[in-house]
Amino acid sequence: MSDLTRLSAAELAASLGKGEISSVDATQAHLDRIAAVDGDVHAYLHVNDAALAEASAIDAKRAAGERLPELAGVPVAIKDVLCTIGMPSTAGSRMLEGWVPPYDATVVERMKAAGLIALGKTNMDEFAMGSSTEHSAFGPTRNPWNLERIPGGSGGGSAAAVAAFEAPFALGSDTGGSIRQPAAVTGSVGVKPTYGGVSRYGAIALASSLDQVGPVSRTVLDSALLHDVVGGHDPKDSTSLTGAWPSFAEAARAGRRDGSLKGLRVGVVKQIADGEGFQAGVTQRFRESLELLADAGAEIVEVSAPNFEYAVAAYYLILPAEASSNLAKFDSVRFGLRVTPEGGGTVEQVMAATREAGLGDEVKRRIILGTYALSAGYYDAYYGSAQKVRTLIQQDFSAAFAQADVLVSPAAPTTAFKLGEKLDDPLAMYLNDITTIPANLAGVPGIGLPMGLAPEDGLPVGIQFMAPAREDARLYTVGAALEQLLEDRWGGPLLSQAPDLSASSMLAVSEGAI
Amino acid sequence: MARAAELMDFDKALDLYEPVIGLEVHVELSTETKMFSSAPNPAAKGNHGAEPNTQITPVCLGLPGSLPVVNEKAVRYSISLGLALGCEIAPSSRFARKNYFYPDLAKNYQISQYDEPIAFEGLLDVELEDGTVITVPIERAHMEEDAGKLTHVGGATGRIQGAEYSLVDYNRAGVPLVEIVTKPIFGGEHRAPEIAKAYVATIRDIVRALGISEARMERGNLRCDANVSLRPRGQEKLGTRTETKNVNSLRSIERAVRYEIQRQAAILSNGGSIIQETRHWHEDTGVTSAGRPKSDADDYRYFPEPDLLPVEPSAELIEELRAALPEPPAALRRRLKTEWGFGDQEFQDIVNSGLLVEVEETVAAGASATAARKWWMGELSRIANAQQVEPATLATPQQIAEIVALVDGGDLTDRLARQVLEGVVAGEGTPAEIVEARGLKVVSDDGALIAAIDEALASQPDVLAKIRDGKVQAAGAVIGAVMKAMKGQADAARVRELVLERAQA
Repeated sequence: MSDLTRLSAAELAASLGKGEISSVDATQAHLDRIAAVDGDVHAYLHVNDAALAEASAIDAKRAAGERLPELAGVPVAIKDVLCTIGMPSTAGSRMLEGWVPPYDATVVERMKAAGLIALGKTNMDEFAMGSSTEHSAFGPTRNPWNLERIPGGSGGGSAAAVAAFEAPFALGSDTGGSIRQPAAVTGSVGVKPTYGGVSRYGAIALASSLDQVGPVSRTVLDSALLHDVVGGHDPKDSTSLTGAWPSFAEAARAGRRDGSLKGLRVGVVKQIADGEGFQAGVTQRFRESLELLADAGAEIVEVSAPNFEYAVAAYYLILPAEASSNLAKFDSVRFGLRVTPEGGGTVEQVMAATREAGLGDEVKRRIILGTYALSAGYYDAYYGSAQKVRTLIQQDFSAAFAQADVLVSPAAPTTAFKLGEKLDDPLAMYLNDITTIPANLAGVPGIGLPMGLAPEDGLPVGIQFMAPAREDARLYTVGAALEQLLEDRWGGPLLSQAPDLSASSMLAVSEGAI
Repeated sequence: MARAAELMDFDKALDLYEPVIGLEVHVELSTETKMFSSAPNPAAKGNHGAEPNTQITPVCLGLPGSLPVVNEKAVRYSISLGLALGCEIAPSSRFARKNYFYPDLAKNYQISQYDEPIAFEGLLDVELEDGTVITVPIERAHMEEDAGKLTHVGGATGRIQGAEYSLVDYNRAGVPLVEIVTKPIFGGEHRAPEIAKAYVATIRDIVRALGISEARMERGNLRCDANVSLRPRGQEKLGTRTETKNVNSLRSIERAVRYEIQRQAAILSNGGSIIQETRHWHEDTGVTSAGRPKSDADDYRYFPEPDLLPVEPSAELIEELRAALPEPPAALRRRLKTEWGFGDQEFQDIVNSGLLVEVEETVAAGASATAARKWWMGELSRIANAQQVEPATLATPQQIAEIVALVDGGDLTDRLARQVLEGVVAGEGTPAEIVEARGLKVVSDDGALIAAIDEALASQPDVLAKIRDGKVQAAGAVIGAVMKAMKGQADAARVRELVLERAQA
């Protein structure tokens, strides 16, 4: 049998549907792959020991002639920010080590209803704060392209799992780029849906007004398929949008048809296209991609979004402010870690000791920042001003979408940096999200997909498209179209050029050598 | 144990200082589910008293990933209440997070409303005992969620100080609340304590009439914090205020305000200054004690709740709710007085006792106004007074109406009815069940009565002779003996009839 881990989710679903393979085969293949390479990659925090039993149950239903959903039996990985019955859900924090929620996140519930098999929970920066997954309390994830490099963050685990063929696709969450930036630096595809397009119920909150759950995969179609499963209105999330959504898989398939780009107005956002902080190889591949789009009939226009300049600054006030409040619940009283000071103490002292021991430096940094930004006398200057900038950025988007159907930029300014390189320079780390943050501030959808390898370091670079709110389908069409043009040029998927980890594991750096 | 502070004579205090009061009333809404979760609401009718931590969902516990969803009914109730308080209803209002760490607050923030409350700028007419009407200015009424309940174990007083450990019950966490805040109430003078009491009583009447709260103060459905400050006569600037919490009965509100006026006056006249603080009311000793210092600079880091959308009721909904408002309490009282045909004093007694709603509901359940008044103002008030509780906690209007019906139907004498009431108060069941279980029914079987009468006549031949001689009043002795033999469960008039009949036989 050929290596099932090399198949896309769509291909697995097709084979499963035809009875050519079983879900147990597909699941076992991925569990084997995890056993073989995850010691190096560390994409998973927890592997689902019930996966094979669940797969076998799906196989039994199929054997009994039951009509099953399209993706039934296909394995999937789940970012550890999502609550799962029966599996620990830690959000990468010591605070929640071993905590097993009594309920499933809505997206997990829907995933299960669709017959998907959870392979396990993937690593992430603690409470999704970070761009490298180095802030996980349980050790960093490594980039499958180069084990000395970061896989991006906060969803480095999901992106690395997909890029290392440890899962065909995965669920992630994106607050300022945590799906798209890891996708960019691992050569995979990631989508941040329209704010409200996917339920946040059961996603451990970082910044409620920015968080959005979305798919990570190796192909645009696979992200669309997963988005179709988990998306749509959820009465448990008040910010969830009502109304029907089109089939994103259909939109992706439409992108692969000839002429799908004809007449499409693609707006290059001047402020986040290139310039200071953008690596040469990123800019080069970006320009080449624009040429491909133009050759296929798209109209490339330059648009200006003057307030994007302030996006990172505004984001790093709004996010910490909301996070400081969202993370207050981690106080040892009802769940999670409890640290009692020597000789006992009052509840306040226990709370303080628990938070001191259970939260990492980056989390503490942001809680302090956010608490300050919300304080009386500072609120207007910080949180208030940031909200005004947010409005201005939304206006920039509106103006830009008057001139273009989709906006385009690199998905990240650089390729994957080395583990430890920016750990002591939070500002440099924050700037890595310069291209992705505006979409979160405006609530518009964005997709990141590979656009090649940077010539200078041979590492993947990604391109990002953004569409008006609710127009996620447009992203799948454009993304699938460009994906096809690029794969034709490369002679196959970019990830087929990635190192085969199981054969080259001797190249892996030894444990703890960062 | 809280000690009484030095107090100044009330009248003297009023000579020197003008009291300014402000009242914050929390109303627990009686919706079936909580403010932001599908958990059963312990403040709903019949849901009181569940085992700790059984009326909860992940939302009530603030579990990671859980999200609030606004209870639409609670919003409707809040709008109705806002309208009944004469407030304007905001076309768009927002929830905000009030951030502070406390173990009864599951998320360590309370979802409340801050600068955009659902209702604001109201005027409420409040009627005092002598019929004087005072208009209280309302600043705002906003929606929020209640916190859980802490029980401190191991200390002498049940207070946190000295306790070994504390237990948390999150059943109450997330119960829908409306907090009603008055503007400073000036000009109350000697009647300031009475105004405070009448104001809360009016709110209680309103929420009951609206059917939006059980409004049982002893259960915390209705809670009042009283702000009191004094300023020297002639001074414009407001004095430093204290906020007295834990005032859980109408009587206590009046007493607590009066106490604070006397306490503050004593301090001020001795050259001292008032500390801005919360104070706790002690029902048993009738004093307030210092709580935590409170400054206007308390920093709750309010910001708009990002998990919820603004509340935007349509103009149609607001008008629909306005049209459905019940009569304002003062108008209602005027109507009932006429319908029931009571004199001024009779009626005012009911109002002042706070039993108007009970009497009204008892009448609605079929009793005559006179009987309803008699039971609530008489026997029930007597028992309530002895037990130091509110009469409304002892029996329901339906139960009283049932007792009245039994009396009217001749099944119970007044004396027996009082025993049935005892049973009701003791929680023995419905009046009919108690009659059955205690065997209290009037003996209407003439056979049994006749047997007893014949026996009594036979044992008192002298009396029998007198009756036969036409000295009818002599029958009293026989009637007494028969009633005794029947253990009081006979209709005395019928016994008398039968005695006269048998005597001639």
